[in-house]
Amino acid sequence: MSGESATSANSGSPKPPGTGRLGRLLQRSEAARGLSLLSPTLLIMFIGVAVPFGILIVMSFWTQIGFGFDTSPTVANYENFGERPIYGALLKRSLWMSSAATAATVLLCYPMAYFVAFHIHRNKMIWIVLITLPFWTSYLLRVFAWKVVLGYEGVINSALMTLGLIKAPLEFLLYSQSAVVITLAHAWAAFAILPMYVSLEKIDKSLLEAATDLGDGPVRRFLRITLPLSMPGVISASLLIFIPTTGDYITPALLGGPDGAMIGNLIQKQFGAINNWPMGATLSIILMLSIAAIALVFMFVTNFVRKRIS
Amino acid sequence: MKQSDAYISIRNVNKLFGSFQAISDVSIDIRQGEFFSLLGSSGCGKTTLLRMLAGFEMPTSGEIFIDGQPMSEVPPHRRPVNMVFQSYAIFPHLNVRDNIAYGLRKRKLSRAKRDTMVDEMLELIKLPEYGDRKANQLSGGQRQRIALARALILRPKVLLLDEPLGALDKQLREQMQLELRALQKTVGITFVFVTHDQEEALTLSDRIAVMANGRELQVDTPTRLYERPVNRDVASFIGNMNFFEGKITGISDHRASVDVKGLGHVTTTNFDAKLKPGVDICIAIRPEKLILTENEPRNTGNKARGQMDKAAYLGERSHYYVRLDGISQPVAISAQNRQRAEGAPEEKRPIWISWEDDAFVVLEDG
Repeated sequence: MSGESATSANSGSPKPPGTGRLGRLLQRSEAARGLSLLSPTLLIMFIGVAVPFGILIVMSFWTQIGFGFDTSPTVANYENFGERPIYGALLKRSLWMSSAATAATVLLCYPMAYFVAFHIHRNKMIWIVLITLPFWTSYLLRVFAWKVVLGYEGVINSALMTLGLIKAPLEFLLYSQSAVVITLAHAWAAFAILPMYVSLEKIDKSLLEAATDLGDGPVRRFLRITLPLSMPGVISASLLIFIPTTGDYITPALLGGPDGAMIGNLIQKQFGAINNWPMGATLSIILMLSIAAIALVFMFVTNFVRKRIS
Repeated sequence: MKQSDAYISIRNVNKLFGSFQAISDVSIDIRQGEFFSLLGSSGCGKTTLLRMLAGFEMPTSGEIFIDGQPMSEVPPHRRPVNMVFQSYAIFPHLNVRDNIAYGLRKRKLSRAKRDTMVDEMLELIKLPEYGDRKANQLSGGQRQRIALARALILRPKVLLLDEPLGALDKQLREQMQLELRALQKTVGITFVFVTHDQEEALTLSDRIAVMANGRELQVDTPTRLYERPVNRDVASFIGNMNFFEGKITGISDHRASVDVKGLGHVTTTNFDAKLKPGVDICIAIRPEKLILTENEPRNTGNKARGQMDKAAYLGERSHYYVRLDGISQPVAISAQNRQRAEGAPEEKRPIWISWEDDAFVVLEDG
């Protein structure tokens, strides 16, 4: 069982599994086998995530000079972030808007997920497909669609005016924070429904009957059994929406107006019009750290609350 | 049973699922403090009936009374009953103590009082050290006991048990049967127990309702169900039974004379008083009530000649199959091996079967 068997494998006879040097290594170590299965993904992750991330970190300590960089390390960008209130304000606003969008999405989608999980008994798959149907269109298209709905002469304004409920178009609908929150909440709905549906669907129906049997009415039963048992879905839905929406720049760029701009727009400008890549890198990293911190606190709090409820 | 004795009264209940009739016109009365079993094969409607007692299903027609109160307007969480589910339904996000105390929250008890009650329950189910465990750290038998404790702590008027021992292995099941029976005597609560295991039902119950196709066939004590089944279905569902065709030739002094095909003349007191002479009937005898002998038995007229067909040795007992003249089906005989069995008897060997007076039972349907 060495090189010879490998060569004989070449001469037509079928090669038994686990022969050859690599084969033996794979057979010996479970970790090696796991790594080899992961290796294509790991390679892409390394090239696509780890390397750019490293570049970002390094660049955040550089300084922009004209069209070139001063590569001597400095924390000036981070100091700059602390000194100029615009950065902090934009970050705070982004986190706030994204939290609002997350809360709105989860609150609106939970009943939908609940409905499909508990009240649909046949053709559940069709319902799931129907729910995700809007997400077959491009993100940009959905954002534009909301522009049409919320616009100055859009669907809502013209309908309300035709009904005579308002005299002049409502201006807060478009180019505002609420427009961004509404659009984000809709654009990410599928990411909220699916995890929540899965965790609701998994709940053993006899647990609900047991809670009823032990004296709980529908509301109490929901609070004591259904909600805690579906919390994993709620948490993953919240994180799935909160994390990408905080850094989103398309929606605020198209629908936000000056009031609705988010940190993502500023980062984009740093890499574009403003042409200060190191500052853009710094902002990206600060944004990422903030999201990570908030996600950790969120997970810690829900864990704590869950323990307290039970 | 008198109507006034009934603690749970199921009156002419029907249940339709779409066009499928799961329960048809069932009327059963259950006494207070009774261990009552619903026995039948799967799909006979026993679980549906139990779920209607719990309130998870509503009767399509008919009414259920518990302690004199009609239940049709009472939602499941307000009924004076609690249920032990087949899957146990232990809440996975709660530990054992919180599972047991689950139903107490509504009672507005002090924390100390609640803890005492839970401790008592843990003691009762013999798991005092397990309070802080989670559901996934428990074995099937332990889950079963916790499900029981969770229901019993509320002191329900009636405890409903949906095949609670079905998922346990044989040894544990037998142990739990004894514990369950002892527990029921201790707490004195009415138990309604669903099972498909006739032996389990016979062991545990004060009375049993045998069900098939959504109907109750017979409601009786274990002894009477076994000794005086009302019809073929009940007789063949509980234990084994030999059936014969016959005709009643005369009735005198509470004793029926029956002319039985293959056996000749048989008398028995086990018959329905409504039956009249001249009626074709079905008559039956349990395999262990037939006595097998090589020589013609003396001093009895209750005997018939036959031919050995097959024998099966089962250790503590043997099963024999004997052919009688005039009937195609061999007769089954079960005998305890009091002496060492000397190999299987030869086939075609002529032998005698005999029986005691009143060993036969006349069934309703001819």
